[in-house]
Amino acid sequence: MGAYLRPSRLNEALAALARPHLVLAGGTDIYPGWVGRPIDGDVLDIGAIVGLGGIDRVAGGWRIGAAVTWSQLLAAVLPAGFDALKQAAREVGGRQIQNAATLVGNVCNASPAADSLPCLLTLDAEIELSDRAGTRRLPVAEFVRGNRRTALQPGELATALLVPDAAAQSRSRFLKLGARRYLVISIASVAVALDVVEGRVAAARVAVGACSEVPCRLPALEAALRGAPADARLVERASAAHLAALRPIDDVRASGDYRRDAALTLVKRALAEVAA
Amino acid sequence: MSVRFTVNDIGRSWDGDATARLSMVLRDSLGLTGTKVGCDAGDCGACTVLLDGAQVCACLTAVGGLEGRAVVTVEGLAGPAGPSDLQHALVAAGAAQCGICTPGMAMAAQELLAATPRPSRREVEDALGGVLCRCTGYAKIVDAVLAVAEGRPTSMDPTIGAAVGSRFARVDGLAKATGFEKFGADGIPIDALWVRVVRSPHARARFRLGDLEAVRRAHPGIEAILTAADVPFNGFGIYPDIKDQPVLADGEVRYRGEAVLALVGTRAAVERLSDALLPIEWIAEAPVLGLDAAIAATALVQADKPGNLLIAGGVRSGDAAAALAAAPVVVEGRFETSFVEHAYIEPEAGWARRVGERIEIHATTQTPYMDRDEVANVMRLPREAVRIVPTACGGGFGGKLDLSVQPLVAVAAWRLGRPVACVYTRPESMAATTKRHPARLVARAGCDRDGRLVACEMDALFDTGAYASWGPTVANRVPVHATGPYRVAHVRTHGAAYFTNAAPSGAFRGFGVPQAAIAHEAMMDMLADRVGMDRLEFRHRNALRAGDRTATGQLLQHSAGLAACLEALRPEWARAQREAAGFNAGGESRRRGVGIGCMWYGIGNTSMSNPSTMRVGFDAAGRPILFNGAVDIGQGSNTILIQIAADALGLPAAAFGLVAGDTDLTADAGKTSASRQTFVSGRATELAARDLRAQLLRLANAGPAATLSLEEGALCVRDGGAVRRLEAAALASLMGEGTFDPPTTPLDADGQGVPYATYAFAAQMAEIEVDLELGTVRVLRIVAAHDVGRAINPQSVEGQIEGGIAQGLGLALMEEFLPGRTENLHDYLIPTVGDMPEIRIHLIEDREPLGPFGAKGVGEPGLVPTAPAILGAIHHATGVRPTFVPVLPHRLRAAILAQGSGPT
Ligand SMILES: Cc1cc2nc3c(=O)[nH]c(=O)nc-3n(C[C@@H](O)[C@@H](O)[C@H](O)COP(=O)(O)OP(=O)(O)OC[C@H]3O[C@@H](n4cnc5c(N)ncnc54)[C@H](O)[C@@H]3O)c2cc1C
Ligand code: FES
Ligand code: FES
Repeated sequence: MGAYLRPSRLNEALAALARPHLVLAGGTDIYPGWVGRPIDGDVLDIGAIVGLGGIDRVAGGWRIGAAVTWSQLLAAVLPAGFDALKQAAREVGGRQIQNAATLVGNVCNASPAADSLPCLLTLDAEIELSDRAGTRRLPVAEFVRGNRRTALQPGELATALLVPDAAAQSRSRFLKLGARRYLVISIASVAVALDVVEGRVAAARVAVGACSEVPCRLPALEAALRGAPADARLVERASAAHLAALRPIDDVRASGDYRRDAALTLVKRALAEVAA
Repeated sequence: MSVRFTVNDIGRSWDGDATARLSMVLRDSLGLTGTKVGCDAGDCGACTVLLDGAQVCACLTAVGGLEGRAVVTVEGLAGPAGPSDLQHALVAAGAAQCGICTPGMAMAAQELLAATPRPSRREVEDALGGVLCRCTGYAKIVDAVLAVAEGRPTSMDPTIGAAVGSRFARVDGLAKATGFEKFGADGIPIDALWVRVVRSPHARARFRLGDLEAVRRAHPGIEAILTAADVPFNGFGIYPDIKDQPVLADGEVRYRGEAVLALVGTRAAVERLSDALLPIEWIAEAPVLGLDAAIAATALVQADKPGNLLIAGGVRSGDAAAALAAAPVVVEGRFETSFVEHAYIEPEAGWARRVGERIEIHATTQTPYMDRDEVANVMRLPREAVRIVPTACGGGFGGKLDLSVQPLVAVAAWRLGRPVACVYTRPESMAATTKRHPARLVARAGCDRDGRLVACEMDALFDTGAYASWGPTVANRVPVHATGPYRVAHVRTHGAAYFTNAAPSGAFRGFGVPQAAIAHEAMMDMLADRVGMDRLEFRHRNALRAGDRTATGQLLQHSAGLAACLEALRPEWARAQREAAGFNAGGESRRRGVGIGCMWYGIGNTSMSNPSTMRVGFDAAGRPILFNGAVDIGQGSNTILIQIAADALGLPAAAFGLVAGDTDLTADAGKTSASRQTFVSGRATELAARDLRAQLLRLANAGPAATLSLEEGALCVRDGGAVRRLEAAALASLMGEGTFDPPTTPLDADGQGVPYATYAFAAQMAEIEVDLELGTVRVLRIVAAHDVGRAINPQSVEGQIEGGIAQGLGLALMEEFLPGRTENLHDYLIPTVGDMPEIRIHLIEDREPLGPFGAKGVGEPGLVPTAPAILGAIHHATGVRPTFVPVLPHRLRAAILAQGSGPT
């Protein structure tokens, strides 16, 4: 049984991280790793730190604190760019998970199937990392490095997600494919964000989850959509070639070929919904 | 660090490990065992509590984070006036079967109702989506929550003589809804030691053990490390002559998850001593996996089982080969099914203590009397020296017919002279215990131009895993049922089970019949299509009816209600076809389909004696008591047996007390399996109650028309004008007893004989929608018609059917156990509340004269026709005939692409 800390001040937490600690947020990824045995090692519980809760308007965008849960996100009044993230929130686990699990924890856990990631990628979100020396920001796309690997350095704590205003205003949609309703890990997931100016696509951002080691954007497709009329025919611009960069795997949930095929279908459906 | 919080408004503090799970603190330290643990991983929701009003999984909540916060558990739902409206509604709706999920469901619903007093069905589903139920199919749980919202009145109490046929509420319902029911892990003595089982990481290996005594000494808190050498007779198995499974492996393991060592000590010590620290030297060998490898038999799973064959046998009548050669229409197909996990929400659990020269075991089980005999055998004790006290059982479905924790805790408690407990973790439960047999089914069937079946053949191969378990039962039952519930003159069916290096395949709701039904129902669809007949009418034409002979030569004299089931479905079938056609006319990427499945199911053991003895008497206060050795695993036998006893005796059902399961206090009622308790134990109960009534009437000198009533410590017998009071003291010595063993005969070499005394029949139709582009299937509605002989309690019959449908849906669409890969409830998927279709039920009551008040059984039949109906509907919608279950989205999508019917 190691040490357990639950500081209320951020600097106490950062001071503690001078030594390695297991950072505990909602615990929904951590506890399932310890079935049948007690947690071993030193634990830093960030649930009581003042200033990590809340979704706030900040200069140039929005700040989602590291303690914000999926349920809190759902309850918040937010612009259209967050619709996709909210759609993801409704489909993460069941209510129990949504009430406890944090978005930042979902990012830090860096699962290929993490449902926040496609949405945050299309929101051009950044993650704020703090240590005793100060804070830095990294695009989420650079922060998540691989399956369960991030750019988090020893001594650092992820303190918030930051979403720029521009992306927060886009039309957005998230679609998740699983083999059952509720409590299901995505076979594939897709987030789409579209800026429409005078009936045409001014900018498109499309990301796919669970089809590569790290969820990723589809720049070729985004380029193909730019300038196109935002109407029912928009989906015709999407083709299998745009998904060539995906590297879906075979696992217990589905085959890799199927994931690639399904991802294209989901992309088209999500596009159709935001274009309409 | 001390953490202060409230639980159900009572202040609590905690000074121990702050990362301890709230679920553990509630259960082990505060004694609030209403919060259940099904997985410790957030996957099942059984541990759901409210934290500051929000539902969370207590198993994912660190107690250290609770400072100043308020926890509400199921024990906190009741107020001063007793259980809450929600709890009453759960009982009244029949929402609790085994009841292990009920506290979690109640807490999830409580969060919703507090914020949204009048929720929609969709909102109820969203709120309950994180709690799994394996028994009910969720319908009655959702109904209960909606009933509270609508303020619908709830309970009922049938009058004397009318208990049978009424929706009498479960006798154990309130205990389950309030969290006071004690399951396998709920009543463990505080001073008990724990067993942690060390299991094989290899599917096939030899191993050598090093110095375990040194390990024990080096780890304070470890009292003993048990090996094969500590087990007096190291073999068990359900057949008297096949004790092939060791309690602890002896130098050789045959499946991943097989028990190797038992660490006994304090809970903390056994949990912290990791496998890596144990001196086990493994020599892994190439495992025999799958049927092809088993049959090739380049290696033997059990050295003394040549060809890896466990058993083979079949049924033969007429000349199937010749009839098929001559038949104008012949179809054939090959189908495969996967390992399926029972996934009861309660993992195996129990504890034992030595009482002098006896051993007493409290455990979750489906079969106390077989447990008693097995434990006696393993311990080389006379069976009188073993007492089994079954706890409430949080779901069984066949998986708790085999021994699990029982021999381990018994051997340890005997040796150490202290109570010893063992609770499986979820991954352990999934890796180590039995599965549904994967099957490979090759079927051929032929009919004439008018759609009359003339012949059928089926070869069914089963992967029986590493040990025999119930493999022989499956291999015997399937050939008898493999024609489907149809009249066929020429039959050749054959079943064979092969050993592999996988978890033992055992008993699972239907004993192989659900797998075989997938094949015979596909044959019926294909034949109907070929002769241009409607699929329902084809089945109706060929349905077995009273007066027909089965393939085993048995004359069905009564109660063969398949035709009536199909007639009940006819209007729904026509409606569904119209609606699907209308929907499909719209084109697009989604298509609807309608399918139908039929089944029959022999009640009780196949051609083997399976008696039940029941007793009915009075307690010291003059209250009638049912002494019932049949365990209620959620299906409701405690309740319906009391209903039967009440009407046969002539007293109100609500007056009855119950002594259940304890092998010291009841008689052997046999196991809870094969859908036999209503029919067999029900009949024994009826006989026992009639015996008691006869004794009472004799004592009171009254005639058969006399009425009985309970009046303050006495029983009044009224006959015409005469009233005779029998005082409690005089009643206490009375005991009625009844025994029933269904009449069957052995099957000869051609499988001819009377394997079962009676059969249940059913037909179900499925309405589904397929997303052609994604290959996903949504089941929109199931209409089920079941001939149950007589519904002793329609509510519990419906509950069995709804729960069976949920499991059938899982079998068809999502459940696939892969050893080492899906040993948890997020990789192994069972249906959630959101996956369930609307279910409509038609009960057909074609009385069975042998059964109690005409009843047969329904435990397994609910599941059998569901998968065939769904698969038939998939074919109807897409043109793809699935040949492998589960039909996961990627499999269906690939098949749609392969046949070129779907958009690409
Ligand atoms: C039953 C169930 C269903 C689920 N369903 C889904 C689903 O549908 N979709 C989905 O995407 N996910 C799902 N999840 C996983 C999801 O709950 C988590 O990814 C969750 O969002 C993680 O948040 P948490 O607060 O619980 O993190 P924790 O478990 O507390 O932490 C997760 C990881 O992140 C680290 N971490 C957390 N916060 C920080 C921080 N501020 N700084 C640095 N490191 C940090 C932790 O050390 C740990 O390694 C499910 C989980 C369960 C148990
Ligand atoms: S025990 Fe907590 S979710 Fe299963
Ligand atoms: S009643 Fe829900 S799991 Fe048994």
